[in-house]
Amino acid sequence: MGKPFEIVVLSGKGGTGKTSITAAFAALTEKTVFTDCDVDAADLQLVLSPEVYKSESFTSGAKASIEREKCTGCGLCMELCRFDAISVKKEEFIIDEYACEGCGLCAEACPEKAIGIEKFENNRIFFANCRFGPVIYGKLGIAEENSGRLVSQIRQYAKETADTINAEYIITDGPPGIGCPAISSVTGSDLVIAVTEPTLSGWHDLNRLIEMTGRFRTPVYVIINKYDLNEDMSYTIENRLKSEGIQILGKIPYDESMIYALIEGKTICEFMPDGLLTREFEKMWNNLISIVYEQESIA
Amino acid sequence: MKIAITSGKGGTGKTTLSTGLFHILTKYFNYNVQLLDCDVEEPDCHIFIHGQKSASYPVSISIPRINPELCTYCGRCKDICAFHAIVMLPAVGFIEVVEDMCHGCGACSYVCRDQAVVEQNSMIGSITHYDYYAKDEFIEGRMNVGVSLQTRVIRETIDHANQKSLVLYDSPPGTSCPVVAVVSKADYVVMVTEPTPFGLYDLKLMTETVKQLGKKCGIVVNKAGLEYEPLYDYIRDQEITLLGEIPFKKEYARAYSKGEILPEKDDRLKKIYINIIKSIMNGKAV
Repeated sequence: MGKPFEIVVLSGKGGTGKTSITAAFAALTEKTVFTDCDVDAADLQLVLSPEVYKSESFTSGAKASIEREKCTGCGLCMELCRFDAISVKKEEFIIDEYACEGCGLCAEACPEKAIGIEKFENNRIFFANCRFGPVIYGKLGIAEENSGRLVSQIRQYAKETADTINAEYIITDGPPGIGCPAISSVTGSDLVIAVTEPTLSGWHDLNRLIEMTGRFRTPVYVIINKYDLNEDMSYTIENRLKSEGIQILGKIPYDESMIYALIEGKTICEFMPDGLLTREFEKMWNNLISIVYEQESIA
Repeated sequence: MKIAITSGKGGTGKTTLSTGLFHILTKYFNYNVQLLDCDVEEPDCHIFIHGQKSASYPVSISIPRINPELCTYCGRCKDICAFHAIVMLPAVGFIEVVEDMCHGCGACSYVCRDQAVVEQNSMIGSITHYDYYAKDEFIEGRMNVGVSLQTRVIRETIDHANQKSLVLYDSPPGTSCPVVAVVSKADYVVMVTEPTPFGLYDLKLMTETVKQLGKKCGIVVNKAGLEYEPLYDYIRDQEITLLGEIPFKKEYARAYSKGEILPEKDDRLKKIYINIIKSIMNGKAV
């Protein structure tokens, strides 16, 4: 194989089981680099128990700050700011650090050069190894922004690691939603696994996810998790996806063993090696491998 | 009073709780209530709350276009752009704005000396108002698919909150900028969690965020029943109010899957929801 094949697990709706499913595949694959791009809440580590051998800080955006002594109160900055991040309180101009996007327009425009732009380095990227292979994951500083760039950087490192160890796959545990970190996870990846559940919310969110990934022309395969919580709805979802030409990778029944495995810090495949769920995951993984070969032979 | 319903982990039941609380508040309490769906990437409240649409507003930003005829390739716009959204190749006379990366801050048009930057409105989402019963309102923020400026849509949605009402914000999951945009505008934060290691780990992150923002908060344990003691130990250690526990039942999961409001039909749940509201109100400073 040439370059590693990058699989991203996404869901649109949170809590559908992305991380547990990513972890289950981790137990079945070889020659794979894992990444956790849910940088808000990187939970994959709770199952993979990676040992960190290196970490580095990552700059995420910037914020403006006003030097009180230099400010003459002309108000130009407030007038120009499109994020409503500058206001006057007790005759003093202040910056709302949560609203400021760090664009630097105010600093550029200030005739007194009273505004500075400070970069933030509250994010970290961790390089680690676990029982299934290398893991790279990020942790966003509390209340930090620009998770999209952090995601891109993590994926870049994963590719480099994959090259050095000649890995065949990169499997990414993606973030929920369809906004900036999700878009950063999909851009340039080879295949998306969309995890959904048979609920109206799951279906609504899956549709938005499929529309988003469609813009990148990344092929999508769907897993319906907890499909037996509402079998009628699972059936409807399956039929609708089929009519849109989207393949179902597999269906997983609701099973509390998934939670008990998690409590023991194990993947479901380690927790119940002979269980039905493990069989199901093996089937899905084999299916996935043949899809990968097919996709690679076309490419 | 503004109450944000949040959770570090997705799928713990934020929307179930937000819509349930909204429904109970409109039916059994005397407030004017607004529910704002701030999970603009995946807004799901509308699945449970069926109001009468009353108004709709676009959310847009100004995206610059650069006229290559007027551009002198001085590079000022490219240099000031904090989002690396301007690609310039002077040798071949190429300059363009990468729309997906642009935040619409206006810095490029401010620094351009050649009048080469012209801004155009680009729609990134919408905000829709719905009347709910006589006095209450549901407002949905919805980001357009393919856009990555969720925080902008959230901020504009929050601007639609009525200062006089009791406002519920259904927050997106996580702890980063979109969540902070919601939590920083709230007086009280409800953190929804579930008794699993993921639930606990993400609750810890959420607690840190809420503490950093200096907000009052309480916890609701959803899908309760699984005896995962570390979660309860943490809640006790941190001395955070446990506002209530919503038990896990397959029939609840099934009702949710069909878009039903859980406390509507189940008296036990109704009591739990009413008690959550009372606990929040008792804990408030006002």
